[in-house]
Amino acid sequence: MRRTPWSQRFGLNGRGLVVLLPYLWLLLFFVVPFVIVLKISFADIALAIPPYTSLFQWDDQKVLSIKLNFNNYAFLFTNELYFKALLNSLKVALISTLFCILIGYPMSYGIARAKPATRNLLLLLVILPFWTSLLLRVYAWIGLLKANGVINNILMALGLIHEPLAMLYTPFAMYVGIVYSYLPFFILPLYANLEKMDWQLLEAAEDLGCRPWQAFYKITLPLSRNGILAGSMLVFIPAVGEFVIPALLGGPNALMIGRILWDEFFSNRAWPVASAVAILLLLLLVPFMMWYQSIQARESAGAK
Amino acid sequence: MNQRRSVFIITCVAFGFAFLYIPILSMVVFSFNASKLVTVWDAANSPTLKWYRSLLNNEEILDAAWISLKVAVINATGSVILGTLTGFGLSRFTNFRGRFTLNAMATAPLVMPEVITGLSLLLLFVALEQLIGWPAGRGITTMTLSHMTFSMAYVTVVVQSRLATFDTSLEEAAMDLGAKPLKVFFVITLPIIFPAILSGWLLAFTLSWDDLVISSFTSGPGSSTLPMVVFSKVRLGVSPEINVLATLTIAVVTVIIACVSFWMARSNRVERAT
Repeated sequence: MRRTPWSQRFGLNGRGLVVLLPYLWLLLFFVVPFVIVLKISFADIALAIPPYTSLFQWDDQKVLSIKLNFNNYAFLFTNELYFKALLNSLKVALISTLFCILIGYPMSYGIARAKPATRNLLLLLVILPFWTSLLLRVYAWIGLLKANGVINNILMALGLIHEPLAMLYTPFAMYVGIVYSYLPFFILPLYANLEKMDWQLLEAAEDLGCRPWQAFYKITLPLSRNGILAGSMLVFIPAVGEFVIPALLGGPNALMIGRILWDEFFSNRAWPVASAVAILLLLLLVPFMMWYQSIQARESAGAK
Repeated sequence: MNQRRSVFIITCVAFGFAFLYIPILSMVVFSFNASKLVTVWDAANSPTLKWYRSLLNNEEILDAAWISLKVAVINATGSVILGTLTGFGLSRFTNFRGRFTLNAMATAPLVMPEVITGLSLLLLFVALEQLIGWPAGRGITTMTLSHMTFSMAYVTVVVQSRLATFDTSLEEAAMDLGAKPLKVFFVITLPIIFPAILSGWLLAFTLSWDDLVISSFTSGPGSSTLPMVVFSKVRLGVSPEINVLATLTIAVVTVIIACVSFWMARSNRVERAT
């Protein structure tokens, strides 16, 4: 009698082994870390290495006691700063997403309707900035926006203004930076959606007397809904927790939750508080992430 | 009517591309500016290559670039392996226990804010060190492991979408002729999805090369990457050497992208012709 291989006794076969490695990897490096963040968000700050207390204590070597400490959360909820930062992050991400839609929709539409050769070139031009460093592209805006920067120099040379405009280290600069950095993330999924569109529908509508704007509103827009939503989520979710752009362009008063987390961790060495901020931010974003996943599932189901 | 609409669309596209490219071009132009003020053009002494020379003699930047390069290459190779396995598993095995979880875990890093990923990975490494003594301290190893975790998600998406448009009858034919699954994968599947794997590798390399936030959380003393050095310089304002660095980055990226897309367009044509 042939013996069953050990792997099959554990319910595994060749297929199982293929996905086992990434599965375990993601479990260890993606899921377990969140459990640890949750645990440390209930710990106390301590002057130690690492700077937090343990939740588990053995009393008289026998009884295990678990001490959950809700102080960090109480601290976040009683301190206005965190609430304001969270609201402000949501507002900044929402407005930036709207601007990405306004700028990105006509661009995706134009690219999708261009001749095939032009289309590939334009698509390449959208992807190219995505491959060059985000940090360096955000940095470029410092040179454009600062007091003796390119924009002020040009406006002054044209005589349109006499004093340099204060643009860098303002909310305006932060919005420009976010929209600029995330625009390709919006364009690509929307383009992928529009590319599959049956344009004959538009011709049919126009033949039947629909005006172009009406046809757009009644046909193109509803059909591209999933593309818009997927692109918006790819902008909105990371933008809520954005750190680099507010830190470089937003100035010291730009209250963003990602920056607060960073400062709590690096400047105050308050690891438990930083963990509590991370948990709150995550709870806030999980519904959006699930929404994104369901849109993706619908898109790939529609493609088949 | 159609004419007017297309004029509107073309104007929008043109403005959009101007928005995307003016900042990039401004860095290229000012990298040749002699003035230390960077954005004030010194017409008497420019264009000049003096900041290029000074960048190439900047030990701090060169050391950081070397660390970034090591991390990026190992990360790209590792995440291509993990991402290909995940993408293959998700698109070929439609029904297995844990498919939903794997799919969720593999796509979540795409949208997860970096500060959360960075913090959580750091806390994992600290906890592991307390528990089993590995990884001892933080540095290149911990950064590479962290980068692989989020890069593999991107590779998964690229490989998965290539496999979705792939004619499975080739694989089935090989199996019918008696080839073992492993052989089918290496002889049929892998060569066909190779362009996707190559773009996955390049993407993973770029993500790692460019990462600031996750590296800052998971790096240790003496292992500052290039983005970390750039960030600390840029926080103090513009610097001519950073413009040079940007110009060199753009040049390298453009050349690689142009070569790869030319090569892919050609192999597509060959594929269609045969």
